[in-house]
Amino acid sequence: MDVLGYKYVADRGLLIEFATEISDAANEAVIALDHAIGEANIPGVVEVIPALVNLLVIFDPLQTRHIDVEEAVRKLKPEGRDVASEAKTHHVGVCYEDGLNPDLQAVSEACDMSPEAVIKAHTSATYRVCMYGFAPGYAYLSGVPKEIQVPRKPKPVRDVPAGSVMIAGPQGLVTTLKMPTGWSVIGRTAVRVMTGNPEKPFLFDVGDSVKFQRIDRETYESELP
Amino acid sequence: MSTARFRVVHAGPLVSIQDAGRIGHMRFGVPASGPMDRTSFAIANTALAQPVEATGIEVSPGGLTLECVEGSVTYAVAGGGFGVVSGGSKFDGWTVATIREGEKLAVRGGSWGSWAYLTFAGEVVCDQWLGSAATHSMSGFGGGLLQAEQTLEVRNAEVREGRVGEISVPDFAKPSDRVHVVTGPQDRHFEADSVSEFFEQKSSLTDSYDRMGVRLDGSKMRLKEALSIPSEPVLRGAVQVSGDGGVMVLLADCGTTGGYPKIATVLPDDLDRMVQCRPGDVVRFVAVSAEEAVEFTRKKSEEKRAWLAELAKPRLSLGEKLLRENLIDGMVSARE
Repeated sequence: MDVLGYKYVADRGLLIEFATEISDAANEAVIALDHAIGEANIPGVVEVIPALVNLLVIFDPLQTRHIDVEEAVRKLKPEGRDVASEAKTHHVGVCYEDGLNPDLQAVSEACDMSPEAVIKAHTSATYRVCMYGFAPGYAYLSGVPKEIQVPRKPKPVRDVPAGSVMIAGPQGLVTTLKMPTGWSVIGRTAVRVMTGNPEKPFLFDVGDSVKFQRIDRETYESELP
Repeated sequence: MSTARFRVVHAGPLVSIQDAGRIGHMRFGVPASGPMDRTSFAIANTALAQPVEATGIEVSPGGLTLECVEGSVTYAVAGGGFGVVSGGSKFDGWTVATIREGEKLAVRGGSWGSWAYLTFAGEVVCDQWLGSAATHSMSGFGGGLLQAEQTLEVRNAEVREGRVGEISVPDFAKPSDRVHVVTGPQDRHFEADSVSEFFEQKSSLTDSYDRMGVRLDGSKMRLKEALSIPSEPVLRGAVQVSGDGGVMVLLADCGTTGGYPKIATVLPDDLDRMVQCRPGDVVRFVAVSAEEAVEFTRKKSEEKRAWLAELAKPRLSLGEKLLRENLIDGMVSARE
């Protein structure tokens, strides 16, 4: 996918856009370019924020300027990259049992499916980490199957615990903090996206794949950190 | 080397431990955090001859009172027009002084400003997160928000009498009603007259103000369509317009991605000045090009670097000054 445009942000940002609408192709192009920039060691570049359809390259304005970063990025050849083969697949165990699944019943009613069928759909899909945002470690996952896509709740629910596995529209998420949310919580995991490991503080890289696996309560409790 | 220990007698809301910020984790949803006013924070450290990024305390207008329960240490206060009460004396902020066992130190909101920085000639002992003490206020990760009755320890605490005295307030650390921005990146989503209005009108800060952002009052921005753009990367200083046309400037602890269009982004040097405004204070946005913005930042950086270099030079206490004069006199008379 070709770059749609390069936008200069403040004194320190280059926003590179691939599309104005969300698509897998646009996100894959973002991830390919993100990987290419990561390897290129462009002078003055401090960090990159990949998002759904665009990415922001943040640089030190005392060392470089927008046009120099743009020219360095234009020289990269991300098209040939096989993003899928660069991605890791993470298997995340989820307990969908009562007490940990506050919205499973509501989702099943909204989708006119049994709770079992909702769980089956949720565990059958492969999700992609398409960006982080909102709060530390909040990895937005694309790929929620059409049949269990439900809108956000009109009012957020407070104090949803860390490890909640939730969905809203085409997106999924595993929470890392106790926070309010309007998403539907259908299960809980003992896996922590913020690992606490200084070598790899965040479990997923943008572009990685995630698969959910059903676990029972006993397994969930034994895996709790 | 000794340790100075404090008891937190009172801590207002949003009084937090900060260092220069947490760089390199925005791709994982982690903003840099760090001081709201990076300029005054650097001054407070430099005044003590500490590294500019050394861990200190950000004080909100809610104020902070510490009691020194052990040891002694020289400290600095800079940022905003805060008042300092210590050892029975009252100072204006922008000062370096020493606190000793049994004395109290209060930093309180004063005539102007929203954030003051308290730094020490020593190492503040606190939790680190991802290699930084900067507190992310939403989660409390990092050094953390200070709470009454907790203790605070400064390791390798030193008394640096040579640093004691007033700090002059440079113009670049005072609030300014002219705030430089670069337009975009989504200015195309706004009605053209709405964009020009944004630059003509005066906006005032509201009390909807925390470390994540400050909401502005002013005429509402008009979006071309009730649109939801895909969530995209966000930079500190972004001026975002929500669905109802309300304007918010995103600050130190803002999310790293967001779905609201941004009409402009405030330049960092002016953001440091803008955050020292108070609710009700008026600001006006002035557009510059991205190229001009880089030049602006470079010029400001040079100006501040030179000013901080002067501040970093050793100062002498009255006693040392007299001693030096006596020595010189002695040398001169010996030669005669």
